[in-house]
Amino acid sequence: MRDVAIIGIGQAPVGEHWGIGIREMALEAALEALRDANVEHIDALYVGNMVSGEVTGQEHLGALLADALALNPVEAMKVEAACASGAAAVRVGAMAVASGMVDLALVVGVEKMTETLGGDTTSALAMAADAEYEVSQGVSFVALNALLMQRYMYEYGWQRRDFANFVINAHKNALTNPMAMFHQRVDADRYATCATISDPVGLLDASPVCDGAAAVILAPVQYARTLSPAPIRIRASAAATAPIAVHDRKDPLALQAARDSVAKAYRQAGITPGDIDFFELHDAFTIMSALSLEASGFAERGQGVRLALDGDITLEGRIPVTTMGGLKARGHPVGATGIYQIVEAVLQLRGLAGPNQVAGARLGMTQNIGGSGATIITHILEAME
Amino acid sequence: MTNKIAQDWRLKGQRYRLEGEECPHCKVKIFPPRDICPECKQPAKEPYRLSGRGEVYTFSTVHTPPAGFEDYVPYTVALVKLEEGPMITAQLTDVAPEDVSIGMPVEMVTRRMRTQGDEGTIIYGYKFRPLLHSVSN
Ligand SMILES: [Zn+2]
Repeated sequence: MRDVAIIGIGQAPVGEHWGIGIREMALEAALEALRDANVEHIDALYVGNMVSGEVTGQEHLGALLADALALNPVEAMKVEAACASGAAAVRVGAMAVASGMVDLALVVGVEKMTETLGGDTTSALAMAADAEYEVSQGVSFVALNALLMQRYMYEYGWQRRDFANFVINAHKNALTNPMAMFHQRVDADRYATCATISDPVGLLDASPVCDGAAAVILAPVQYARTLSPAPIRIRASAAATAPIAVHDRKDPLALQAARDSVAKAYRQAGITPGDIDFFELHDAFTIMSALSLEASGFAERGQGVRLALDGDITLEGRIPVTTMGGLKARGHPVGATGIYQIVEAVLQLRGLAGPNQVAGARLGMTQNIGGSGATIITHILEAME
Repeated sequence: MTNKIAQDWRLKGQRYRLEGEECPHCKVKIFPPRDICPECKQPAKEPYRLSGRGEVYTFSTVHTPPAGFEDYVPYTVALVKLEEGPMITAQLTDVAPEDVSIGMPVEMVTRRMRTQGDEGTIIYGYKFRPLLHSVSN
């Protein structure tokens, strides 16, 4: 197997882009990544996306984008793993390059979520859950996270207000990320008084419905240096699954798939949590930030919220998270999210994160969660000497 | 939400009678049925009907529903830990949201889940209500 590096990145601004279609949006990110890597030819195209069929009425995104990018007859396919589709596509690309069957892979994540009315998008996202035994009961995706948050607060004695700093930190970091959807501060008061979606989850606990696209170019490390002035090595790429329905998990608050994927990732990289300089976690909901920090070895069970309360998650903190705004404030264009996380990690490791730079960042981790925790994919990236 | 008549018909044993399974190897009770024991990973197809009694493990009152449930908000969904062991996702009924608490004893009842306009089917299924004292004695 060959080691794999990221030699190019691209991203489109996240937002509500009624004037741009899925093809144009993906094109913007992909062309920027190709420019950044300074390559014109690729061997394979992998597209991360979840709901294009349901929301846009368009499937077959591999062929769609290969055509749009004038890359025919390149091989191309869509990779789907709910909200983890982006990281899943990167992992497929990394496996292809590592195997030697592909030299240069373009991986694009794209999602258009604003094509329909809110209820339809909510229903499309709920397809990440168990259709017969969760969704049929009127449980939205938000409600599944609310069920977890309610139990977490009960077991560990936290109040909703204790989660506020996850949101405040994400919005603060997004202020200086031009690609982010939101450029406004949130304070504890605004967090406390926002509307309730599914009790105890309020509007500001949840990441927004939005459009976005991001892309990376992967190459073998052995050629990466000749192609790119600042290649970033993929030190670990690890995926794991847990039962699709929350009710079928032995310990719903354990986020077991995160524990399993992170354990594999640390083993692959030969490191421990203390070596990680920053963590792009999957803050689709505030409860997921807490559970992810615990499952990834940064806090004991029930104490993930403590890291937010103590300021450990800020850019200057012990374990900075959502350094460019995270899902909450950069936005969560579902199938693109995992690739935004990786693009942002590359910016940090290149030292090009501007006002959001984590000082001396050498090792970064990204974690993309599909559904309510059924698929979890962790990547560890490293700046090459 | 689209009409999935075959799916609703196929699930009638589970929706109306909580028909699950018992593992013949380790005796674990299984719901929903999955034909493979989640504990010992052996084939497990012995039918087993659950009692429908359990307690609230966690709950949430939904204010922004998925398509098809707009007419019912606010409603309360819960994970109910059944007395035989499995956990089930279901709505609570016959109880005000502010009166729900974790650990509350509940029992299964059959209720209308949703309708699909004048022409569509009416879907029935399980919900859970606070356990009636007469039943618990
Ligand atoms: Zn068994």
